[in-house]
Amino acid sequence: MMNNAITYDLIAALPEIFVLCMAMVVLLVSLFLSARTLYVSYILTQVTLLGAAFITVSTHIPAVGYAFNGMFVDDPLSDILKLMIYLGTSMVLVYSRSYIALRGMYRGEFFALVLFAMLGMMIMVSGQHFLTLYMGLELLSLCLYSLVALDRDNPRSTEAAMKYFVLGALASGMLLYGMSMIYGATGALELSQINAALFNGMADRSVLILGLVFVVAGVAFKLGAVPFQMWLPDVYHGAPTAVTLLVGSVPKFAAFAFVIRLLIQGLQVLTVDWQGMLIVMAVLSISIGNITAIAQTNLKRMLAYSTISHIGFLLFGFLSGSMNGYISSMFYISAYVLMTLGGFGMILLLSRKGFEAENLDDFKGLNQRSPWYAFLMLLLMFSMAGVPPTLGFYAKFTVLQAALQAGFVSLVIFAVLMAAVGAFYYLRIVKLMYFDEPQDHAPITPSPDMALVLGINGMAILILGLMPQRLMELCAYAIAHSLQ
Amino acid sequence: MIFQDYVFYALAAILLFAGLRVITTRNPVQAALFLVLAFFTAAGIWLLLEAEFLAIVLVLVYVGAVMVLFLFVVMMLDINLDKLREGFWDYAPLAGFVGVLMALEMVMVLGSKHFGYSAPEKHGADYSNTAELGRLLYTDYVYPFEIASVVLLVAIIAAIALTLRRRAGTKHNDPAKQVRVKRADRIRMVSMPAEKDEPAEGEQK
Repeated sequence: MMNNAITYDLIAALPEIFVLCMAMVVLLVSLFLSARTLYVSYILTQVTLLGAAFITVSTHIPAVGYAFNGMFVDDPLSDILKLMIYLGTSMVLVYSRSYIALRGMYRGEFFALVLFAMLGMMIMVSGQHFLTLYMGLELLSLCLYSLVALDRDNPRSTEAAMKYFVLGALASGMLLYGMSMIYGATGALELSQINAALFNGMADRSVLILGLVFVVAGVAFKLGAVPFQMWLPDVYHGAPTAVTLLVGSVPKFAAFAFVIRLLIQGLQVLTVDWQGMLIVMAVLSISIGNITAIAQTNLKRMLAYSTISHIGFLLFGFLSGSMNGYISSMFYISAYVLMTLGGFGMILLLSRKGFEAENLDDFKGLNQRSPWYAFLMLLLMFSMAGVPPTLGFYAKFTVLQAALQAGFVSLVIFAVLMAAVGAFYYLRIVKLMYFDEPQDHAPITPSPDMALVLGINGMAILILGLMPQRLMELCAYAIAHSLQ
Repeated sequence: MIFQDYVFYALAAILLFAGLRVITTRNPVQAALFLVLAFFTAAGIWLLLEAEFLAIVLVLVYVGAVMVLFLFVVMMLDINLDKLREGFWDYAPLAGFVGVLMALEMVMVLGSKHFGYSAPEKHGADYSNTAELGRLLYTDYVYPFEIASVVLLVAIIAAIALTLRRRAGTKHNDPAKQVRVKRADRIRMVSMPAEKDEPAEGEQK
């Protein structure tokens, strides 16, 4: 009996254990590699992602299983999010390989830290207990702080890392304080026990609400929702673009799972209370994100503000408080990560040794330099703006539809207006690419793997926009089999 | 029972005073020492709560290791206090307002009437706090415990990756090379025929 439980624990957490072991293998193997043979670490990292995906798929069952005394959950939601995280991380590595090689960051620690960060995301996605959720978040954050600072001779990166670290520590403190309040009120740390205690109505309300405020503030900081968005533009701008690509994309899956676990699985009884907070944050995020993005001349900063507005839309799915809303939120976050990967991938594509293609002017006349990449960027920008028939349109549509069904008519109208404002700065890039003369005439010569993956990434946005059913079914399957 | 209450209030008062002095004192070394005092009194309060192991660990780890390291750093770095305090009074009114507001909210919410717990029962003298903690840590909480070890590993990797530099021109020795060195690498034996007769002093000139 005892042995069976331990065996089940180990099987349920097998992807995590595998990734942990491989991260240490990558770290050790890199010590014995010279600069010329360091591609071995890169290949090992990609093999790790493939192996983890294989393990996750082969141990998948459409049921909810708990391991480690209810601290770890293995449900379809966690499995599918983990698969998306592997895919996203793999794309991040493909895009950033030549960039980090040219900037002296192509070291074994880079790959090990990326794998450890991914391990943190996996732990968050499978967390069923305040402690595991928090530990996963800290593991992820610690890796991201150090990755941002990895280009250590660049003062801008160091400043960004410092800001990220200090504000991140503050947010972790708030989150922990809120968790301790909820623990004090319910006497439980495990999410299902908290839910049960709240359902019985034994907990003291005022303590709960105080705890909830701090928890929501902590989560909002990690998501980057207004008014906790101050770190986002500086970190996106200051970090090396390869790291910005990582910070801005895959961890959002983990943050999504974090919200689902904490607010919906743990604190569902308090829906009315957190709904109000999310409404305020969603409205502020959409308006401030979109309006501030107009004034940016740096593409990385612009994409940071665009992220803030996307997070606002994501919150719309949550605040509708229905199964439909959660499914649309998951769809939105998948679409967002795909678009962000493509967007920063284009910046990495145009950058070369000693030159960062991060200003809007660097995209001028891209159509004359390479019609194919200009077309991919066009698709990405249309998708971010929400122009049909791209993926971004469908994502915005489902989220707003869910909010409309929940009865938030005026909020939806406001969001649509703000999306129209946002379309301005996305379409400005399209105008620069197609109607302006190029300032930069360097040839664009990506490695074949990057060209292939970036092409697939761009076309996926069009194809998934035309045929969103499969992705939608996947999200519906994950949510419906995991939340009871 | 009443004696324990007095002890608690005395320790709590010292703790609050020390905490306040940490942020108000002008000298960073004094601030670090006040933090040590705060840790000691907190350990005392934990002892009253029968958390003996945690109290001792707090003193050993925080006072013994962390704070000593902290004092070293403070003493070795030349910190310009005036620069650090720049803008302190500009932000003080807003920060004070927010602080007082939050303190009031907490006072309103954190009274004992909101937490329906009675005092936990006392354990006998043969009860081992340490053994119980160890049992929990390695059975029920083994998963977060392992994650904590990974977090520490990442901290080590990150610290080394961010600070280890190989500058050109530093005069450092590679111990492995030093150990492997052979006589032949350092000394070249040259066989020379001995001179037959030494020229006299004055002849060369």
